[in-house]
Amino acid sequence: MSAEPNVRTLTINGEEISARSDQTILEAAREHNVGIPTLCHLEGLSEVGACRICLVEVKGARRLLPACVTQVAEGMEVTTHSPKIDRYRTMILELFFAERNHVCSVCVANGNCELQSLAATLGMTHVEMPYQYPQLPVDASHPRFTVDHNRCVLCTRCVRVCSEIEGANTWGVMGRGATSLVITDLKEPWGDSETCTSCGKCVQVCPTGALFEKSRAGTKVRKHPEFLPYLRIMREGDQP
Amino acid sequence: MSRTIVIDPVTRLEGHGKITLQLDDAGVVQDATFHVTQLRGFEKFCEGRPFYEMPNITARTCGICPVSHLIASSKACDAILAVRIPPVAANLRRIMNLAQLVQSHALSFFYLSSPDLLLGMDAPPDERSILHIAHSHPSIGADGVALRQFGQRIIELLAGRRIHPGWTIPGGVNEPLSAEKRDQILGMIPAATAAIQRTLTWFRGSIEKFSAEIEVFANFPTLFMGLVDDNGLAEYYDGALRFIDSEGNIIAGELNPAHYSEFIGEAVEPYTYMKFPYYKPLGYPGGTYRVGPLARLNLADRCDTPLADVEWRDFRAMSPKPLLSSFHYHYARLIEMLHATEKIEALLADQSILDKHVRATASVNNLEGVGVAEAPRGTLIHHYKVDENGLIVWVNLIIATGHNNAAMNRGILQTARHYVQGKHIAEGMLNRVEAVVRTFDPCLSCSTHAMGSMPLAVELRAPDGSLIREVRRG
Repeated sequence: MSAEPNVRTLTINGEEISARSDQTILEAAREHNVGIPTLCHLEGLSEVGACRICLVEVKGARRLLPACVTQVAEGMEVTTHSPKIDRYRTMILELFFAERNHVCSVCVANGNCELQSLAATLGMTHVEMPYQYPQLPVDASHPRFTVDHNRCVLCTRCVRVCSEIEGANTWGVMGRGATSLVITDLKEPWGDSETCTSCGKCVQVCPTGALFEKSRAGTKVRKHPEFLPYLRIMREGDQP
Repeated sequence: MSRTIVIDPVTRLEGHGKITLQLDDAGVVQDATFHVTQLRGFEKFCEGRPFYEMPNITARTCGICPVSHLIASSKACDAILAVRIPPVAANLRRIMNLAQLVQSHALSFFYLSSPDLLLGMDAPPDERSILHIAHSHPSIGADGVALRQFGQRIIELLAGRRIHPGWTIPGGVNEPLSAEKRDQILGMIPAATAAIQRTLTWFRGSIEKFSAEIEVFANFPTLFMGLVDDNGLAEYYDGALRFIDSEGNIIAGELNPAHYSEFIGEAVEPYTYMKFPYYKPLGYPGGTYRVGPLARLNLADRCDTPLADVEWRDFRAMSPKPLLSSFHYHYARLIEMLHATEKIEALLADQSILDKHVRATASVNNLEGVGVAEAPRGTLIHHYKVDENGLIVWVNLIIATGHNNAAMNRGILQTARHYVQGKHIAEGMLNRVEAVVRTFDPCLSCSTHAMGSMPLAVELRAPDGSLIREVRRG
């Protein structure tokens, strides 16, 4: 049997490309240097399609589809940029900003924040939705790290990295919708968690200032999520 | 019929406030009050935040003196960490604090007050601005702009940006100084020194023109408070608090600023959002004191740099006792600019300023911390309490302008009684009432650490409280 049946031909922005049948639109697009903005996606982690920033148009589909969890199909016609898509992405981004208390000027991640960069990239000039100003807690009980729920976008990268790479399963999600919170163990203070190994991977993958290292507060903190694919490859190499 | 004049807003100030003058039937001023009409609430909304965010958050109190808040806040956080920060970090913070002093004093003296000083208190209002000065007295206007730039540029070189820099952090600073930047700063010093000296020469020559204003611009006995170093010399970053009385006697010499609550009380009046701090042993209002440039030069044994010391001696030679007229804040500001410039040069001349170890790290070791420094307008106090995880549970900020509140109010009454009389109120009379407030260079945004914005107003009220005339600007 040849590998041919695994190849799918589709068009992205009118250009014909080939992709493996198990690839997502996002993977295929990036392989062909077509940029699609993302937030919850992180190379090396599983996909959840939580943030919807990567929405694209697929001809024949009645609604926009998230590129990170939509697999390619034969003859698919994908558009990654159009006025409608831009409008949806900006609106989603505005909802993120309105939902919690994102005050860049005093945030530890100011200048190194994926949410902030997205706002700049997508040209978000203001937020039309009314701010919710929820009163959310800050958990600084861990000796090295702090979680500030005011800055969390519920991307669940921390939950996934803790489960899929570290294997500790310390992080989880409680509640529903906008009132969800990422929690440690059964909502115990992070400092009291018996499962946390203090490896700091959750901090490195967090796209905003929600998770940060106490000792780095006030310094120009650049996070390093790029280590993930290497870690993953090394782990897989260890498998018997 | 008696009446009330309202000046609203008071202009060429940092913040929003208004002045109410109460006149009797004969048109004589009976009472005067200065209202700060904004409320901001920093002390409340900081609760729950990690303490190490405090320098950045509280710096937002003010766009003119964010550095002062950064310094006092960082010092309060150092106390929570219970660390001794590396000496080079303290000196780098010192330089930034002094640069801030120069730029803020330049703003107050040239941008806000020089129109009154150059054109006279009775000049038409539309001419009383720095823009007009740039045309009428271009060299003085240029010196003002250059000196403000000098201070701001040093802050930028040290900290990466001019306004709200994030460089000063709990435990020190986040980046050492490079030799190249040090040399850049040193290169700017001769021109700045020359500009300050030119201004001093001009100001000294014109001071006699203002003898009437000097007499009544908040010219009365009060205490004075400020930081001094171990030798009793002027100090802006660290040291002990000293109180002197109006005769020049040191009534408290080496007070530990961290224990400020033992000797400073805060009274409240119903007409303003700004509190009235006082020296506790003498009660309120007997314990009214002044802070800032005039207080510092009155209470220090001297500055500790050669050029400034010469100026300081001339300044103090004007009176055998402390200078009591707040008009002399202007003069004191110029001397302090000279002192700050010399001090920056001296600190940079020491090779150790380039040391790379600029930060001490620790976790929460104290549940309470007080940070005190001299801001351009006077002593600034930040006091925090945290829980065992370092989350803020209580904040108290005592701002330089607040210390001067009682003296400012009395000063307005004194000036208004002298100048505002009769049925017809000339604009120049009201400008003098505003000008006495300007001598203190109050920062109303800071003093209320409050919500909102800040123009100023003067009200003229009848004995029955009815409003007769209101002058409102902004």
